[in-house]
Amino acid sequence: MPVDYLEEGQALTVQIIGEVDHHAAKSLMSQLTQKLDTALPGSLELDMSKVTFMDSSGIAVVLRTWKRMCQLGGSMRLQNVPSYAAKVLKAAGVDKLLEMTEKE
Amino acid sequence: MKPSNEVKLTFLSRSANEGFARTAAACFAAQLDPTLDEVNDIKTAVSEAVTNCIVHAYPDKLGTVTLRLRLFEDNVMEIVVKDTGVGIPDVEKARKPLFTTGGADRSGMGFTIMESFMDNLKVRSQAGKGTTVTMRRRISRRLGG
Repeated sequence: MPVDYLEEGQALTVQIIGEVDHHAAKSLMSQLTQKLDTALPGSLELDMSKVTFMDSSGIAVVLRTWKRMCQLGGSMRLQNVPSYAAKVLKAAGVDKLLEMTEKE
Repeated sequence: MKPSNEVKLTFLSRSANEGFARTAAACFAAQLDPTLDEVNDIKTAVSEAVTNCIVHAYPDKLGTVTLRLRLFEDNVMEIVVKDTGVGIPDVEKARKPLFTTGGADRSGMGFTIMESFMDNLKVRSQAGKGTTVTMRRRISRRLGG
């Protein structure tokens, strides 16, 4: 699962690239956890502009990442969420927990 | 009503086949000229049903998953995902939002998403025999099509 990182001071941006399903989720989650535990960011932005598919496996990834950020005392938001991924996240009420901006 | 077209695919319960199954369903659905949103809904629902077989039906062995896709004259696509795995002891409970036996890796939203992305969802399961999920979705007819 390809992931891109950009660190600016305390702010970490992670770009997820490709299809987020059960097959990809394990590798994505371990990469995210490892990055958070080494960077210890104050804020995390998950850029989803390059997510080409997402099912409920993505909900678990987002919620687990959010929990980790809460433990670190940081904030998290979802950026450039494509409509199909937003529909899945909204079904679980993720948009009520986190700041979420949809892709234009 | 008799289907106007039908395909049946059988594959191993390997997670790499999740992408294969939803892409195959999307390609077959293309015959009904769906919108991009409709294609994405079908892909998501198929992905959820197939993932359930891989994660829950065959928890510690490989089994087979059968995906049957049928198209009907009234622009309805029927998707059947069948396994011969462990079965679901309490279907009603399994269909509840956030219920999962899959731990922190799973959101418990699979059936909820299938239900809200499809027009209807039927789940039949028998302990030790397997589970059959049947979903139907009507594809809108577009003007000028």
